[in-house]
Amino acid sequence: MSEELGTVAQARTATTEMVRAERVWKRFGRLEVLKGIDLTVNQAEVMCVIGPSGSGKSTFLRCINHLEQINAGRLWVDGELVGYRERGGRLHELRDREVAAKRREIGMVFQHFNLFPHMTALGNVVEAPVKVNRVPKREAVARGRELLDRVGLGDKFDAYPSQLSGGQKQRVAIARALAMQPKLMLFDEPTSALDPELVGEVLDVMRELARSGMTMIVVTHEIGFAREVGDTLVFMDEGFIVEAGNPREVLANPQHERTKLFLSKVL
Amino acid sequence: MSDTATGVSSTTRPPEEIESVPVRHPGRWIATVVILILVAMLVHSLLTNQNFGWGTVADTLFQGSILTGVVHTIELTVLCMVLGIIGGIILAVMRLSPNPILSWISWLYIWFFRGTPLLVQILFWGYIGALFKTVGLGIPFGPEFVTFQTQSLITVFFAAVLGLALNEAAYMAEIVRAGILSIDEGQTEAAQSLGMSGLLTMRRIVLPQAMRVIIPPTGNETISMLKNTSLVSVIAYLDLLYAAQLIYSRNYQTIPVLIAASIWYLFLTSLLTIGQYYIERHYSRGSARELPATPIQRLRALLSGGGTTPAADTATLGHGGGGGQ
Repeated sequence: MSEELGTVAQARTATTEMVRAERVWKRFGRLEVLKGIDLTVNQAEVMCVIGPSGSGKSTFLRCINHLEQINAGRLWVDGELVGYRERGGRLHELRDREVAAKRREIGMVFQHFNLFPHMTALGNVVEAPVKVNRVPKREAVARGRELLDRVGLGDKFDAYPSQLSGGQKQRVAIARALAMQPKLMLFDEPTSALDPELVGEVLDVMRELARSGMTMIVVTHEIGFAREVGDTLVFMDEGFIVEAGNPREVLANPQHERTKLFLSKVL
Repeated sequence: MSDTATGVSSTTRPPEEIESVPVRHPGRWIATVVILILVAMLVHSLLTNQNFGWGTVADTLFQGSILTGVVHTIELTVLCMVLGIIGGIILAVMRLSPNPILSWISWLYIWFFRGTPLLVQILFWGYIGALFKTVGLGIPFGPEFVTFQTQSLITVFFAAVLGLALNEAAYMAEIVRAGILSIDEGQTEAAQSLGMSGLLTMRRIVLPQAMRVIIPPTGNETISMLKNTSLVSVIAYLDLLYAAQLIYSRNYQTIPVLIAASIWYLFLTSLLTIGQYYIERHYSRGSARELPATPIQRLRALLSGGGTTPAADTATLGHGGGGGQ
């Protein structure tokens, strides 16, 4: 359960499973979005997920913190089922309160930032620790400043989101997620809504986070980042995992036609 | 240094200013003359027509019973708006709830209270005693522990509050619902991903943002409420209008007394308009990069500096915005 940030070597050697998916299936009405996803993400591992739009990558990410409910299969985070409790051979839906408690341990960063526009940068970071985890205000503020400092926004505590650039907003969003001290971070195309010149500053923060031993699942179009930072690369298409493996190998020597076609267009 | 051949010029001097003949607007002049004549006629009539009875207006304005009426009108407006807003928020959340029973009850409530005239509702509450002789607390269909005479429980004031507040809640519900729906779903998702409960998300994230959409129509509702309180005169509650009616039924100076009442209504609605301006400003935090100066701030700047021109304003604005980069 407990995980120390920063003890990279120790975390890398331990191979505790953080996320495990078995035949995960998801449909929206008649539309089959995920058709049997199998994968595991170990602790302190960075998994990058690439694929064309509509391939189900974002949906899978949203299933992990139960923003979407899966229709079939099993999904575990840190050894516990997502959204259900197994008792007497049957699955029982979790109450809203229990789902919320699980979500506290999973940070999520969105494509469109979704910062709270009526709060300052610091207010965004401090909100959940104070209101949800009941951390004393003073302590939360101190930690919030530290986190904003860490993502390079030490001079923007009192800025409202509308006064920040896209890259700065996304870095606040990362700090906001980290403020809950999650054991897993989900990134849903974190740089897709950014101007090209601002992508780098966000990737730098994520690279630093990966280095500190955070377990991360990153849906992205940044092939360079996937190659450099990722421990595993997953290529998804039409709800299937087409190919998965070491990023350098998959990128250099894709095995499937579909992967080759996709990579030829994005590389 | 300038090199026009490449299309890049490094000189900073702009070319000659354009001096053109402006478009003439004869229509504006004609309209102005017509309006001025009409205004002069109105003022002349106000000053010379004895039937306006300005002396009586001035005497009535600060009469004891009128002032009592003003206080009652303010009390009724504030109380009914507060209850209406609380009721409206509850109804709006019920309406948007995934629970079909709650949603349906809310719909039914709004349908009923918006669908019948406010005056009828007020009369209804005024005469509720004819429908239910007694009101009691007890076991449904079983014995009652306490019983009240409806006539003594529902006073005229209570009936007025019920009539106005229950009706207002229906209108506020639709305003609040529109405000909640205007907030991007990403806000709720972000709050949920941080482990916030539905109630906390609503209270801390959605409603404060929805306020920007909710406030302007709520200001209108408050002004309407202030005027609609005059309807309770039909159940003989001593509001501003009823106080005026009592006076002119004695002195037969109907028009002057009604003018005096109208002056009070105008004064109170003006106060509300000013209040609305400041509340709107408060809730625009974070949406505007820099809040515009209030009229008082602008006046103060004008008096102290004297040099605060619109151009200087834009310069400070630009500076504030530039600091964000």
